[in-house]
Amino acid sequence: MIVFQSMKMAFSSIKSKKLRSFLTMLGIIIGVFALVVLVSLVSGATGSIKSAIDEIGTDMVIVDDETGRGVFSMEYLDELRELPSVDQVAPVVYTVDRLYGPHEEGISIVYGTTMELMSIQGLKVEYGRFIMKPDVDNHTNVVVISNATAVDLLGRENVVGETLSIGGRPYRIIGVLKQSSALANLIMYKYQVYIPITSAVRISDSGSLSAIPEVCFSGVDGDTSAVQLELEEELTNKFGSTDEFYIFNQSEISSAMDKITAALSLLLGGIAAISLLVGGIGIMNIMLVSVTERTREIGIRKAIGARPSIILLQFLIEAMTLSLIGCIIGLILSWLGIQVVNIIGNVDFSISIPVAMVAVIFSSGVGILFGLYPAKKAAAMKPIDALRYN
Amino acid sequence: MIVFRNVSKVYNMGGEQVRALWNANIHIKQGEFVAVVGPSGSGKSTLMNIVGCLDVASSGQYLLDGIPIDRYSEKQLAIVRNKKIGFIFQNFNLIQTMTAEENVELPLIYQGIGKNERKARVREALQKVDLYERRAHTPGQLSGGQQQRVAIARAMASKPSLFLADEPTGNLDQATGAQIMNMFRELHKQGNTIVLITHDDNVAKQAERSIRIMDGIVTETREDRAGS
Repeated sequence: MIVFQSMKMAFSSIKSKKLRSFLTMLGIIIGVFALVVLVSLVSGATGSIKSAIDEIGTDMVIVDDETGRGVFSMEYLDELRELPSVDQVAPVVYTVDRLYGPHEEGISIVYGTTMELMSIQGLKVEYGRFIMKPDVDNHTNVVVISNATAVDLLGRENVVGETLSIGGRPYRIIGVLKQSSALANLIMYKYQVYIPITSAVRISDSGSLSAIPEVCFSGVDGDTSAVQLELEEELTNKFGSTDEFYIFNQSEISSAMDKITAALSLLLGGIAAISLLVGGIGIMNIMLVSVTERTREIGIRKAIGARPSIILLQFLIEAMTLSLIGCIIGLILSWLGIQVVNIIGNVDFSISIPVAMVAVIFSSGVGILFGLYPAKKAAAMKPIDALRYN
Repeated sequence: MIVFRNVSKVYNMGGEQVRALWNANIHIKQGEFVAVVGPSGSGKSTLMNIVGCLDVASSGQYLLDGIPIDRYSEKQLAIVRNKKIGFIFQNFNLIQTMTAEENVELPLIYQGIGKNERKARVREALQKVDLYERRAHTPGQLSGGQQQRVAIARAMASKPSLFLADEPTGNLDQATGAQIMNMFRELHKQGNTIVLITHDDNVAKQAERSIRIMDGIVTETREDRAGS
């Protein structure tokens, strides 16, 4: 009940000096605003970059044959598939060729592969289907094309069943992939098409079924580092030297990204935390003034029986109320600020809830920390001295 | 109910010892109306501070309701003030930002009394001083006499063992002062113990008896109208 009374008193004392209270809160408002907006923007920006990276597949290990002799044969891939940590294996033969659509023509990267690549890379088919086993077995001239390829070269999205010419040879379109994000388009080729590997080796001059230049692997339960370790051991034996092959774990991109995000959040969050601290010093300053101004009131309260702990509580709650109201205003402003960024930048960022919670906890901490000294000063006043104060 | 046994209060001021109160022996019984009279600087404020548990004696013993107020902590003194003492000050000492009603309610909040009883007691006390209609006024909106009546209501509301008034009429004009003194006599008739501190003999005369203090020495504890 005393706490409730103290809160009522704190509110009325804050209300009676509106301008001063607002100026005091300003430090906390700006601190919370900086903290929440900066960290939310960093995590929002890295979030969209990460999802773009996810689109090109992060849960895979890529191995390139650098010998030029041809080590990866389809039979050897079947052996590698038996490694305990390996889930799926997809061979990739790629070539760059010219595509001729009824609408437009362009240079594209042409991947020759098997059905496994779809799940390893996480490709999403919008219309039709991906390459399947019969396509590979029968060396059929079918093609799965990216969304941008369909729109640009054929004039619309759903072009399943139509024909696309790759380097002069007609291919029947069996599938169109989902549109990739604008960011993913920046880091990938604009035009990409996938054909059965058996069909690709006919037009490629850099690979055959017994000399596959690149192989993609996925791990059991998505554990790519185990795959990497096993492959390194197996391939070192097979190739004779680690210089003869190149192995790359795509998840390293996202873990590097995570490190950058964490460092950036920490840096900006730290700067914002300093401004919150400065706001806290502002609260302490004004609370000290308030304690001095209200010496007589403290004296009266003590004379009629307020225990020191009650006076302490009253001023502590007042300091905390100031910083919490400041925090709430700061959070509201942050939300508005992020909406403005979303509208202007045509993005979709949102307030990071953990950061908002950190802001609330941090500002109550600041309120207690910097309210404690003035409150202690008030509680320790001698009633006779305080009553005599004018 | 108030007993001083050789109570002294000595201040140390710049290496020099000042005897604000020296070997005072006082007995005030339950239901008495006693004036403490002395010029300014005589030590009567020191006496009041000790009686009112705002301060503790340097030596000697002070018994309030038979309880020795000795080496009490700030917290213990606050509890005694809250429950046993009703202060009435020369300058009223009301909290300016609170209404009359809130001022009267405050000691009851500190006592931890529930809301319904609190409201009832506040109403009763304000009605007794005839200010219930003005309960929502702040001290600034009330006259001096009205402010002092609010202060008396605040003291009454907590039902103290002792009303301790420090120059209660000092800041009031003659007529208002007389009105306030009538209220003290009324409180006394109802069986309350009142200690009135004043420099004015005319005010002191209205009490049952006087205690004189000069240069820290209580010189007279004669019972003028010894009845009980």
